[in-house]
Amino acid sequence: MAAGVAAWLPFARAAAIGWMPVANCPMPLAPADKNKRQDELIILNVSGRRFQTWRTTLERYPDTLLGSTEKEFFFNEDTKEYFFDRDPEVFRCVLNFYRTGKLHYPRYECISAYDDELAFYGILPEIIGDCCYEEYKDRKRENAERLMDDNDSENNQESLPSLSFRQTMWRAFENPHTSTLALVFYYVTGFFIAVSVITNVVETVPCGTVPGNKELPCGERYAVAFFCLDTACVMIFTVEYLLRLFAAPSRYRFIRSVMSIIDVVAIMPYYIGLVMTNNEDVSGAFVTLRVFRVFRIFKFSRHSQGLRILGYTLKSCASELGFLLFSLTMAIIIFATVMFYAEKGSSASKFTSIPASFWYTIVTMTTLGYGDMVPKTIAGKIFGSICSLSGVLVIALPVPVIVSNFSRIYHQNQRADKRRAQKKARLARIRVAKTGSSNAYLHSKRNGLLNEALELTGSPEDEHLTKTTSLIESQHHHLLHCLEKTTNHEFIDEQMFEQNCMESSMQNYPSTRSPSLSSHPGLTTSCCSRRSKKTTHLPNSNLPATRLRSMQELSTIHIQGSEQPSLTTSRSSLNLKADDGLRPNCKGSQITTAIISIPTPPALTPEGESRPPPSSPGSTTNIPPIGSNIVKVSAL
Amino acid sequence: MRGQARKESLSDSRDLDGSYDQLTDSVEDEFELSTVCHRPEGLDQLQEQTKFTRKELQVLYRGFKNECPSGIVNEENFKQIYSQFFPQGDSSTYATFLFNAFDTNHDGSVSFEDFVAGLSVILRGTIDDRLNWAFNLYDLNKDGFITKEEMLDIMKSIYDMMGKYTYPALREEAPREHVESFFQKMDRNKDGVVTIEEFIESCQKDENIMRSMQLFDNVI
Repeated sequence: MAAGVAAWLPFARAAAIGWMPVANCPMPLAPADKNKRQDELIILNVSGRRFQTWRTTLERYPDTLLGSTEKEFFFNEDTKEYFFDRDPEVFRCVLNFYRTGKLHYPRYECISAYDDELAFYGILPEIIGDCCYEEYKDRKRENAERLMDDNDSENNQESLPSLSFRQTMWRAFENPHTSTLALVFYYVTGFFIAVSVITNVVETVPCGTVPGNKELPCGERYAVAFFCLDTACVMIFTVEYLLRLFAAPSRYRFIRSVMSIIDVVAIMPYYIGLVMTNNEDVSGAFVTLRVFRVFRIFKFSRHSQGLRILGYTLKSCASELGFLLFSLTMAIIIFATVMFYAEKGSSASKFTSIPASFWYTIVTMTTLGYGDMVPKTIAGKIFGSICSLSGVLVIALPVPVIVSNFSRIYHQNQRADKRRAQKKARLARIRVAKTGSSNAYLHSKRNGLLNEALELTGSPEDEHLTKTTSLIESQHHHLLHCLEKTTNHEFIDEQMFEQNCMESSMQNYPSTRSPSLSSHPGLTTSCCSRRSKKTTHLPNSNLPATRLRSMQELSTIHIQGSEQPSLTTSRSSLNLKADDGLRPNCKGSQITTAIISIPTPPALTPEGESRPPPSSPGSTTNIPPIGSNIVKVSAL
Repeated sequence: MRGQARKESLSDSRDLDGSYDQLTDSVEDEFELSTVCHRPEGLDQLQEQTKFTRKELQVLYRGFKNECPSGIVNEENFKQIYSQFFPQGDSSTYATFLFNAFDTNHDGSVSFEDFVAGLSVILRGTIDDRLNWAFNLYDLNKDGFITKEEMLDIMKSIYDMMGKYTYPALREEAPREHVESFFQKMDRNKDGVVTIEEFIESCQKDENIMRSMQLFDNVI
């Protein structure tokens, strides 16, 4: 029952009076309206815009958010209204749905935003009214295509290794951008198609005379050269065709496809010619067969998307083309007949029969007007002019349909291409956003621990280092920190990770260790080495070495050596500031605090964990003045 | 709520199968109907004429106007609204009878005044008023007598509303039998027609009917 007519329920119940006198048995009891309260207005405050409606209006659909008790969660006691922190524009549509029973989809609205809002209010999009349903479905389909495109490209990048040789080859054929080899193959075949077509054309050009005053076409003059060129092209085409046949996932379907038929037709004449050159009788037919070589130009459609779209358009407009042909034929026959009978009287008329008049009609209707056949009688001229006028009309009618079809398909393709082109930029944006947030976390982690350490020492300085982070940010960072603690791993940024990977491979050469350690930007290894040296100071030293190392990383903080070259600008600046500010402290007190270093790769890379701790002598030389009075302070 | 499949063809192309005149005529008809707009008399007058309170009239009018923005209901609309309450059966015949009963001035449309007047009698009238109204409903040609044929039509329309899927399954003779039993009860002088006096008298004697008439007290 549509909610709009819920208001008419009292009427329907009253109309039941017609059944009462004829009923033989007693009627059931009517449901009692227990809390017969007056219909009240309720206020819905959506992001500041107030909507008001009757309570019963909303209760028409009890399985949605607004119609059920779920809306009580949004009730604001102070203002006695229901507050929703959502889009007021879409809410307008939602509320109209309750009022009229029809859900409309506004065209200017983004489809995913709209879907989200509907999901929030518990309304199924299937009940969108007929008036807006087509639009909604179209937009939804576009969006789904976009998502599928994204997914496909992601999957493509991942699934490469799992393809067989045959599948890779097929993919290379179908999509030349997958690998360089495919691209080379693509261009080579394109080049040879062009060469083949040009030779076919140039073959027939007369070039120079032969003694005997006979003009020879180039094809006969340089027969051998042309034959070699032709052979080379056909060889390439044959090899390509056979490779495609081999790589095709479904050979039967490939053989039946249009492109393969074109391929076959392009190379067949050559082979037939090879077989039949010795037979004089069929050489005439052989010459005709050479005409088919021109089909090689259709092979270009693999290289040009526009050509493919044109072909697809013509195929999809088959009915319009058929209509065009049919109407033209009708008109041609009519006018040819008329012209024939009109010109029958005049002497030496070219209109000898109706079929002969066909030529005149066609030439006139398409406004060509060669002038080889012209009417001489007055009647003939009148009908001739009518013929040319109607020709223009008949041809002009189906053409816009074909054009619009072509335009639609072309734009669809353009959209897909544009999406692909923008994808790179989009992914880059996403990546930047992600790294931005993770950098923020790392940054604040350093800041946070520094602050705590400073508080421990009671240092009044370096207030300026504390960056005011919002509450949400700090809570988020606390959350990430908890995760680190849980997994005993830490977050680092990409650069550090790669450098650490490099280092870990470098670490395997003990001879170069000490100089490399000091000069290497991999600060972490030196820190790690230092830490391992000082394990005895830590209370949790009974843990195994690898675990210990990671624990140390998490729980210790120490000074960055100033000779360490800056790894990331933020860190280095922090280092400098910290060092500047802390040096006076270092000298004075026993406990020195420092910024936490970037966690070490040994925690993150498997080989690192099993690696024995690097030798300390090299490391201690790095920071001789400071190392001696470093005592690790637990930040926890 | 949505049961029908969505067709993707243009409606225009279907219209073009016939003649062009059809297309233009039907469009004109639509425009004509929508320009007619009826406003009811003032709230005070309605309050005098009917037994509803002001608030009740407001609620009724809001519901009425929601479904019929033009202010009047024609038979098609009426049937369509009523059929929404009986999805299983075919309520169009009974709706026609109801329409004729509500349309007291027989002008082919039910305005808000007609609507409210009818409801006032049914929901706020005395038992006699209600019985009168029911008699008026049954008397299809409004000649003051209910004949067996009239009653049969009414009965069939009521049974039609049940639809096909009932328990026990509907039999062909059920309406006729029901009419026979009705006439046995109501037709005092066995002359084959029921007059208003016979009707009211018989109903007042029947306890079931009296009790069921009281159901309407609490509808609004």
